[in-house]
Amino acid sequence: MTPPPAQSATLGANGMPVPSEEPRRPPVLSVGLLGWLRANLFSSWLNTAVTLVLAYFVISWALGLISWGVINAVWDVPGTGAQVDTSACRAIRGEGACWALIGEKYRFILFGLYPFDEQWRPALVVVIFVALYVVSAMRRFWNRWLGLVWIAALTVIGVLMWGGVFGLRFVEQERWGGLPITLILSTFGIAFAFPLSILVALGRRQTSMPAVKALCVVYIELIRGVPLISLLFMASVMFPLFLPEGMNIDKLLRAQVAIILFAAAYLAEVVRGGLQALPRGQYEAADALGLSYWQKTGFIVLPQALRLVIPPLVNTFIGMFKDTSLVLIIGIFDLLNTAKTSIIEPAWQGFGIEAYLFVSAIYFVFCFAMSKYSQDLEAEFNRHRRR
Amino acid sequence: MQQGTARAGEAPTVRSGVAAGAKPMIELINVNKWFGALHVLRDVNLSVSERERVVVCGPSGSGKSTMIRCINRLEQHQEGQIIVDGIELTDDLKNIDAIRREVGMVFQSFNLFPHLTILENCTLAPIWVRKMPKKEAEELAMEFLTRVRIPEQAQKYPGQLSGGQQQRVAIARALCMRPKIMLFDEPTSALDPEMIKEVLDVMVELAQSGMTMVVVTHEMGFARTVADRVVFMDRGEVVEVGAPTEFFGNPKSERLKTFLSQILGH
Repeated sequence: MTPPPAQSATLGANGMPVPSEEPRRPPVLSVGLLGWLRANLFSSWLNTAVTLVLAYFVISWALGLISWGVINAVWDVPGTGAQVDTSACRAIRGEGACWALIGEKYRFILFGLYPFDEQWRPALVVVIFVALYVVSAMRRFWNRWLGLVWIAALTVIGVLMWGGVFGLRFVEQERWGGLPITLILSTFGIAFAFPLSILVALGRRQTSMPAVKALCVVYIELIRGVPLISLLFMASVMFPLFLPEGMNIDKLLRAQVAIILFAAAYLAEVVRGGLQALPRGQYEAADALGLSYWQKTGFIVLPQALRLVIPPLVNTFIGMFKDTSLVLIIGIFDLLNTAKTSIIEPAWQGFGIEAYLFVSAIYFVFCFAMSKYSQDLEAEFNRHRRR
Repeated sequence: MQQGTARAGEAPTVRSGVAAGAKPMIELINVNKWFGALHVLRDVNLSVSERERVVVCGPSGSGKSTMIRCINRLEQHQEGQIIVDGIELTDDLKNIDAIRREVGMVFQSFNLFPHLTILENCTLAPIWVRKMPKKEAEELAMEFLTRVRIPEQAQKYPGQLSGGQQQRVAIARALCMRPKIMLFDEPTSALDPEMIKEVLDVMVELAQSGMTMVVVTHEMGFARTVADRVVFMDRGEVVEVGAPTEFFGNPKSERLKTFLSQILGH
């Protein structure tokens, strides 16, 4: 027997030599970018062919987009307002985008008919909304102060939009428009619809209170059974007929209530799904400890049930954010409606793609942020719960 | 004072540690229950004295779990009377709440709250039901977690613990309410064999401390060493009640003989 080489002579607890050399690495072609490419794009002749064909389409489409959106695009046109000369845009229609439209109309698209000189107010409102979302998204701010922050922020938003106090000019609601309308409708919509939906979902599970249960079932089925548009029409056209003479409720408020009622019915079913997914033992353990119904619901049931349904909840939130655009049908100037209206002048007719791309980008930013945030939230909640 | 009334009609048995005529903590009088048309509890009579340890056994579907779940109203009985610590269980929510505060329960599947830490699991009910200050509740919880020998796990979540550890937390959680009675519904049936002992050890200690306990279990060793009385249920009836030596050494009814031969036969 030859003695082991000196450099590997370290012995483990069991007397076996401990290998001291570097750990062997996997073959270079099976890991990293190269490995990924091989496994996913070029694993066989067929896959290679599919990859190449698709790559051709993707690249040529991307080149086309760049040449339309950047290289051939018109960024500026002479004149402004009624004297604008859009012939440069018309000359290259189909080959280049007319971003001059956005330059000319972005303030109308964002803020609608709000008095031009006062548009810093809705702009500030948008900033406050976004700040409110960011603060609310951070878990370290989840305490009782957050509620007060919301009330304060929404009050400031109301003051800014309406004015009439602190030397701000009064702006009637009919002149509001654009992004603030979309944010108001969806923020208030979610803020009221979500708690309402929880109550309705809990009510629907009350076997011991048949009247409450029946009421919740009727509400959910009735509201879910009609399109949002018909609810909006009812809120806008029919509802005022039932009001006493001389009494008038703001059109935006009526649309807002319709959206809240509609969204709550959908959300209630999502929440109910979460309630049902919770094992019965959780309810029993809470009962056995002597927790009251609301303690059990608040500490045990809802925290778990809502975590389970984050994906469908956010799904509904996103859908709701975009559904607010349906208010254009009753003549409220939300973001989509102002975009549609911005191309109504003869000079700008036909440049819908640019206007709609612009508002699509805004919708996308908000919706994608919601989606991304919900994923982070899920990951955060599930960190401790691997079973 | 009638004790251990069984339909078989044998003499009530009282074991060391439980004085004859001690105050009854739990009384079931002619309790009947149906699930739909299924008659799951048939004229069940049982009385448990203060500091008494009663083990309930029987084949599955015999109604033993249903019976102890009736004691804290997780199930509702339809006929008869259930009196716990002098309070009768009726539809009165006040009575139900009062009884649940005095009765701790440990489940087969632990039922810890997975979104709360071990410590929070233990302090939730004392803080909100007993209105105990948070700090005091945490000290109490740590005391009981130490007694079940897992104080070092206090900041973890239930999902990070083994089954045996989770069940010991469940026992500590129930004890934090300082109950007068502890109910165990097959506490070791969902555990891997090597974890059964750690849970039984905790239960034996609890029994030695003088807690009134009703335990549904298949652990006949536990019944032999700890129980003051063993109750045999079959098809919704209490068939036989007796001290462990009598119960295992000299079973009277045929059904119990068959049951014992089945579970002790191997």
